[in-house]
Amino acid sequence: MVNWPLEIVKAGLLAVVIFTFMAIVGAMFGVLLERKVGGWIQARLGPKHVGPQGLLQTVADTVKLLQKEHITPRAADVAIFNTAPLIVAVAGLMSWIVIPFGTLGDRVLIVRDLNIGIVFFAAMGSVTVIGILAGGWASNNKYSLLGGLRSASQMISYELPLAMALIAVAMEAGTLSTVGIVNAQEGWLGSFAFRQFPAFVIFLISATAEVNRVPFDLPEAESELVAGYFSEYTGMRFALFQLGEYGEMFAMAAMTTTLFLGGWRGPLLPPLVWFLLKMYAVVFFLMWVRWTYPRFRLDQLLNLSWKVLLPAGLVWILITGYRITF
Amino acid sequence: MGQLAAFIILSIVTLASAVVVVGSKNIVRSALSLIPTLLGIAGLYILLHAEYVAGIQVLIYIGAITVLILFVIMLTEQGTGARFRQVNEQVLAGVLAAAVLAVLLMAVFFGTTWAPGPGALPQYTAPAIGSTFLSSAILIFIVTSFVLLVALMGAIVIARRER
Repeated sequence: MVNWPLEIVKAGLLAVVIFTFMAIVGAMFGVLLERKVGGWIQARLGPKHVGPQGLLQTVADTVKLLQKEHITPRAADVAIFNTAPLIVAVAGLMSWIVIPFGTLGDRVLIVRDLNIGIVFFAAMGSVTVIGILAGGWASNNKYSLLGGLRSASQMISYELPLAMALIAVAMEAGTLSTVGIVNAQEGWLGSFAFRQFPAFVIFLISATAEVNRVPFDLPEAESELVAGYFSEYTGMRFALFQLGEYGEMFAMAAMTTTLFLGGWRGPLLPPLVWFLLKMYAVVFFLMWVRWTYPRFRLDQLLNLSWKVLLPAGLVWILITGYRITF
Repeated sequence: MGQLAAFIILSIVTLASAVVVVGSKNIVRSALSLIPTLLGIAGLYILLHAEYVAGIQVLIYIGAITVLILFVIMLTEQGTGARFRQVNEQVLAGVLAAAVLAVLLMAVFFGTTWAPGPGALPQYTAPAIGSTFLSSAILIFIVTSFVLLVALMGAIVIARRER
């Protein structure tokens, strides 16, 4: 029998822990890393003045954002306008439930090993779209609305190849649980990055598109849409959008680690360290791509998804099915 | 006890937002209120130990269908204005139809003797659903696939003609 009050208290505490983790490791450290990596790639220095080597820059930025005034545009739909950042942040937070961080003794460090793990992950990724679309519409600003609509068409298009990659991995591993998928990857050559290489590539590309990063950042496109769906947001609400976005990005990196890079597995070092190393390697890859490639046009973006990634994903599922059966 | 409380909370969420869906004057608010409704139903599926169906419910209904509805509303001319109000002239007919449906459903629910199903619940429902699709329900599965394929091709034909 389930002990309900205990379960609710546990869920509440874990939510606080993950949210803190996401806010500090994901958003605050992520922003700093983004600026430092960007500076390094473009032969600049990046933030340098606040704290040693600019380490406290994001702390200062966060304090600044906390103090700012909340501005709600007069023509906005207030209720939806205020809810939208919460949807994005909560959906980003929920994705972390199924991510296994490592092992401690015999226990796996995971909030809940759901037996529908990767379906849950995909579902939470798709809920983010609602927040973006709602925020873009409720701002009652044409740039925001355009950003929201672009984001919806993009995220729907890339959810399909993402799901194809997930299906191929689930077929090979024979389970939908994230812990089961990590357990199915033994050793270097057993990791799905080798055994499922096409799915790995498809997943990485679609994941970059799902989190709206360059070269797929059309929904935000600073130079044409003045930041798209969150143009009208100020202060902490803007920060919540950023938090959700970086939380999503780190969740995608963590999922890539779990699905394709063997999760917490690795020699010598403790599992948690391996997991963080691999996750930050994927995050670094995403940042490298961001500071290297220019933005796609909308038609190129949709063509890549529907005419290249989706057929490739279907063919790869067929091949995987053939390999498993015969 | 906990299950009953969860059921009541989920039902309230589902029903309250369903009322907003049909009652709101603003069409985007109606569409957005579908989300808590569908989430509540997903929660009810979880209470019934159908967690795979719940996951797919969120993925398809919230992530795809609701987004599509919002997308279509926002692309239409008047949907973009926050001040735009919709009027429904068929409130009475709708209430009557809903009441008749409710009476019929309740008659069926209370008239049936619900025998507890044989055997235990499978621990993982996803493989069971998959093998049912590919064995005893294969005809339904294939026919549904064809219907979807035809709808897909129809959509392409309509979109092409307009250009």
